[in-house]
Amino acid sequence: MSTLVSNISNNGHTNYLDYKGKHDGLKGWIFSTDHKRIGILYLIALLSFFAVGVSFGFLIRLELLTIGKTIVEPQTYNAFFTLHGVIMIFLFVIPGLPAVFGNFFLPIMIGAKDVAFPRINLLSWWLYIVGGIMVIISILLPGGPADTGWTFYIPYSVRTGTNVIFTGLAAFILGFSSILTGINFVTTIHRLRAPGMGWFKMPLFSWALYATAWIQVLATPIIGITLLLIVVERVLGVGLFDPALGGDPILYQHLFWIYSHPAVYIMIVPAMGVVSEIIPVFARRTIFGYKFIAFSSIAIALLGSLVWAHHMFSSGMSSTAQFVFSLLTFLVAIPSAIKVFNWTATLYKGSIQLDPPMLYALAFIFLFSIGGLTGVVQGALSVDIHLTDTSFIVAHFHYVMFGGTGFGIFAALHYWLPKMFGRMYNKKLAKVGFWFLFVGFNTLYFPLFVMGWLGMPRRYYDYLPEYSIYHQISTVGSWILILGLIFIYYNLIRSLISGQKINDKNIWGGETLEWQIESPPIHDNFHEIPKVTSGPYEYKMNDEELEKEVK
Amino acid sequence: MSAQDHVIHAHRDDVGARMGMWLFLFTELLLFGGLFFIYSVYRFINQEQFHLAAKELNPIIGTFNTIILLTSSLTMALAIAAIQKKNKGLSIFFQLITILLAFGFLINKFFEWRVKLHHDLFPGSEVLLNKPKGEILFYGLYYVMTGLHGLHVIIGIVLIAFMTRLTIKNIINQDSYVKLEAAGLYWHLVDIIWIFLFPLFYLIT
Repeated sequence: MSTLVSNISNNGHTNYLDYKGKHDGLKGWIFSTDHKRIGILYLIALLSFFAVGVSFGFLIRLELLTIGKTIVEPQTYNAFFTLHGVIMIFLFVIPGLPAVFGNFFLPIMIGAKDVAFPRINLLSWWLYIVGGIMVIISILLPGGPADTGWTFYIPYSVRTGTNVIFTGLAAFILGFSSILTGINFVTTIHRLRAPGMGWFKMPLFSWALYATAWIQVLATPIIGITLLLIVVERVLGVGLFDPALGGDPILYQHLFWIYSHPAVYIMIVPAMGVVSEIIPVFARRTIFGYKFIAFSSIAIALLGSLVWAHHMFSSGMSSTAQFVFSLLTFLVAIPSAIKVFNWTATLYKGSIQLDPPMLYALAFIFLFSIGGLTGVVQGALSVDIHLTDTSFIVAHFHYVMFGGTGFGIFAALHYWLPKMFGRMYNKKLAKVGFWFLFVGFNTLYFPLFVMGWLGMPRRYYDYLPEYSIYHQISTVGSWILILGLIFIYYNLIRSLISGQKINDKNIWGGETLEWQIESPPIHDNFHEIPKVTSGPYEYKMNDEELEKEVK
Repeated sequence: MSAQDHVIHAHRDDVGARMGMWLFLFTELLLFGGLFFIYSVYRFINQEQFHLAAKELNPIIGTFNTIILLTSSLTMALAIAAIQKKNKGLSIFFQLITILLAFGFLINKFFEWRVKLHHDLFPGSEVLLNKPKGEILFYGLYYVMTGLHGLHVIIGIVLIAFMTRLTIKNIINQDSYVKLEAAGLYWHLVDIIWIFLFPLFYLIT
């Protein structure tokens, strides 16, 4: 069987970076249907948009350094936090792990040559780029960038004179791109697993991507129609959300969060998958509770779809509804906690190696626990009323989305980049970058918890003198964090140009399939389609030793 | 295992392609689902006014359009059956009939909307704004939902025209017709959404 494959073309056995396809040069990349090249395309675009998003974040913090005007007028400040939100959420965090590392590694991890629909995969990248460019253009067009916040809440999003239509359509297109990726991954996992690769032999990252892909497919259309309705509302004024014409703005909030809450699981679940990959490799232990981790991803996907109204406890709804949504919110914490317990159990008695990917994975567990637990606090109705629209919320979701997903993305970068390019980065510099990022992150966001608890509203341009100290600490934190990011970017980019070449296929000692192939991988991924006989994390030696010790 | 071996050899996976198409159809259903959700909420609140507003719509044109779409679904299914039975010419014929019927639907819709516009019944018009709020919502939903459906009909026409081209070029043939099947599935979706829109707007009065 496999001899037939290799006879088709030997070209498929050259490394994917040097592969000569139908097109050459730049065209060979932007029209390539190779899942690895598309993954790299996403990576480049993603890190560029991330830099833009970080710049807006930096400007927000800088503006808040002093009371009153520091650098810009309030209107510009409103545009800053809107663009920061839109870019970070729709262009960085949502596509982050699935589109870059999912594209690159999902087929390899399950022993396939490509995803199920390579051309649709390329289409989804193009849609992503079109959406990204539309966001950027919305800044430059007359009318100015949207100032509604990334939530586009009605009625303001219909009344404001800014380019909401452009930004809304951009988010719609980005949603479509995300749906296509989801469809592709579900089909790929169902249809293209290598012989012997049963469902429970799949690496946990694939399980996480599977759960994520289903949320992408089932939740994204709702935001699609909701954003379209905003555009229709602005153009035609049909009144579906306008009380003056009989509509109900709260219905908009429901529709928005029916997508946007599951969307936070689109963001976090793949990062949990990355951590589940890294922990066993750097602890040299079989993962503890494989099935629990796999099924908790699915449980998060299911439960996470039923908790949206906890964003709206103060918007007006019946107390029965409040009670139900509060209860469901507590329940969704359980599968996340299961994962955290399993990771820590995996670490127990492991031979832990503190390489950069492991540092990020451990930081993920730490920061995600803080973010997750403060989320549970807000699930309690009485507390939530006090905390709604304060910077406590901002701190909570930055701990989850940046401390969780962001650190997950950097963990994945440090774990897989050597495999993707066949070159190693400077580990020492990577650790320096990590510590700057970690310290900067906590200095930036922890004060937001405190002042939020004391009553500092989110998205405000100005504040009372008693909050000054927290804002100043936070702004200094943003500088430390950005310094860390500069180290990380510099180190990774430098490694691609002049990093040490790797001859070893398996630099970290992983057991999953991507570590059995060349770095960088060949165009066809495998010389022969592998036959899988064992699970993904079988570090037998270490487990046996451990058993002896326990006895 | 045989199915998977098949995948590796020929880079072709009809089961996978159908699966992808079904997933896409789910997303389409959910897209319209959001609108059906809004419709049901507002109908629940404004029962009487929805009832009154619906009387303005012409059930005869609606029925006629329903028959057109149902027939076009049949001809689409026949086109797929024909290609399976190796009758390329007949398949192309049925695909063209389907496209023709789809145009028929749009022309009807055009005349229906034109009459409404003549009566100044469009979003933001003075006549409409003076009506009770429930009726404003009814017409808002009417234009948004049938409009979005009409957009899907147009996409369907383009899609089927593309399939006809592929059939003529023999890329779709008796051994490989999964693309045509997928287009058929899409067309049936367009049909089934109309099957729900029709009673909701024209019949419940």
